Amino acid sequence: MKILTGNDLKTGDVVWWDGQGWSRHVEDAVDAGDDAETILAREEAARRVNVPYVIAAELADGVPRPAHIKDRVRALGPTVRPDLTLKPADPQAIDWVI
Amino acid sequence: MYKYDEYDQQMVDARVDEFRDQVERRLAGKLTEDQFKPLRLMNGLYLQLHAYMLRVAIPYGTLSGAQMHILADIADKYDRGYGHFTTRQNIQYNWIKLEEAPDLMADLAKVEMHAIQTSGNCIRNISSDHFAGAAADELVDPRPYAELLRQWSSFHPEFMYLPRKFKIAVIASDTDRAAMRLHDIGIQIVEQNGELGAAFYVGGGMGRTPMIAPCIRDFVPLDQLVTYSEACLRVYNRHGRRDNKYKARIKILVHEMGAEEYTRQVEEEFAHLLDQGVEPPLAELERIRTFFEDPAFEDGPKTVDKSDPDFALWVERNTVRHKHDSYVSAVISLKPVGGIPGDATSAQMHLMADLATRFSFDECRVMHTQNIVLPHVKIVDLHALWTALNEAGLGEPNLDQVGDIIACPGLDYCSLANARSIPISQQISERFAANGKGDTLGELKLKISGCINACGHHHAGHIGILGVDKKGVENYQLLLGGSEAEDTSLAKITGPGFDEAGIVDAVETTADVYLREREDGERFLDTYRRIGMAPFKEALYG
Repeated sequence: MKILTGNDLKTGDVVWWDGQGWSRHVEDAVDAGDDAETILAREEAARRVNVPYVIAAELADGVPRPAHIKDRVRALGPTVRPDLTLKPADPQAIDWVI
Repeated sequence: MYKYDEYDQQMVDARVDEFRDQVERRLAGKLTEDQFKPLRLMNGLYLQLHAYMLRVAIPYGTLSGAQMHILADIADKYDRGYGHFTTRQNIQYNWIKLEEAPDLMADLAKVEMHAIQTSGNCIRNISSDHFAGAAADELVDPRPYAELLRQWSSFHPEFMYLPRKFKIAVIASDTDRAAMRLHDIGIQIVEQNGELGAAFYVGGGMGRTPMIAPCIRDFVPLDQLVTYSEACLRVYNRHGRRDNKYKARIKILVHEMGAEEYTRQVEEEFAHLLDQGVEPPLAELERIRTFFEDPAFEDGPKTVDKSDPDFALWVERNTVRHKHDSYVSAVISLKPVGGIPGDATSAQMHLMADLATRFSFDECRVMHTQNIVLPHVKIVDLHALWTALNEAGLGEPNLDQVGDIIACPGLDYCSLANARSIPISQQISERFAANGKGDTLGELKLKISGCINACGHHHAGHIGILGVDKKGVENYQLLLGGSEAEDTSLAKITGPGFDEAGIVDAVETTADVYLREREDGERFLDTYRRIGMAPFKEALYG
């Protein structure tokens, strides 16, 4: 599947295209299919996202999992600071990245 | 310490106002990201993996207590309660919001700090010896010369768009504590026939093509320091490659042109510039020098009670001889076992600021090895200092030991990285603490980079580790035999890389070979240089 990601312009937060807008949670990401580039251009022009791009992902246990480790790190947060990730209470979350 | 004059302050304040306007225009949609990116980078604001990252300049690594306090306040006010001290003696914040960045910069400006020229193809923050002004072996304090060059290079219109970034280091002792020959320009203040001058080493660097800078001139009179630097930059600016980012650094130019031809052109340009009046009057250097005069050292006890073995070990490892025999320079380790190299919480920064004020004439330094120095500590105060550090988790006695690892932010934070660096450093320090071997190894400098850009100085590690991307999986190359000191050398790759668990085992195997083969008094590097790579390869790969 193709999913879209970028950063929030004001805060820099990592965000994912959820079909309606931009979510901080990769679990909300949807397959953009053939519309990916069109969505990116429209959303960046409207300043709803900064430097967005398309990545490959696969569904794992119903959750989109980016193909490359770099985007999995982006999706969760720094593996060396679990307290600063989006899932600070889940000690297994880092396994999803690695 | 240097104090801003009205011009310095006006320039920094004006830049804050300018950047505030640029951010407002970006947020209002009047600037695209393509237009805005070079503007934010000129102010040290990157977009990294998780958020905007701000790199704050700390000229030659010197900070006052008040400045360190502000860095701590910024960590709390604009970030997530911590900062990361870097291998260019700077500090980075990882979670900055664009909309708050102008206010942050205004806070920095109140204590004579900024983030200007911490990115972009310009002359970056000038680094120096972290023991400057305190070292027993220095000829003079190198910082006045670094400050002069900072002023010359700040907003220099001719050098704001160089072919590539440009890094300068200035030292003033034969012992190199600043990796001087691995800089674009390395300057050593030297003495000839009773006169001070500067030896110029040009064309060093790490990155994907590591080079050791050759000496192109062994003595430049100090009243020609800026002029000669300008000549070096001009020749680079004229001939440096702009068509290929990977061949754009001055080291490539010097290598391809040849040091002899590069030097010839520099000398020609230098002769031309001498007539142009580029050099500031010596009175300006003298004015700057007054800010770096010795504090009021007092005679006191030359020894301290070391009956507490933990304290004795810290004194032995983490204090360094001072030019005044009643003082030492004390190194605060930011490398606790299993910790993140270079990270400090806001509480730790406040404490270090307070300790600098209380014990070190209100001054501290950032080391390129990602630790903090209190440069002037009375020997009689050492136990009180150590006690305070220990209580805050800052008393690790590991300066230049295997646990004193340089590690770049790696793939946990950096958008350029291919692999994570920090977890490797954590596992290695934990391994050597748990098995007790760490205390038997002596000086062993281990440096880890998460990509070929080498921010973790892996080429200069006695043991170096380079993280690479092997078909989407993290992989780690092992290198041996590097040094950033006066015996500068570049590490060599041992062979095929290792996975995350394998690289930690490989480092231990390497250490075991050293322990088996070393002779009396030999450091790891000495043994490696004596026996070569073969015994290590045999142990690693069979």
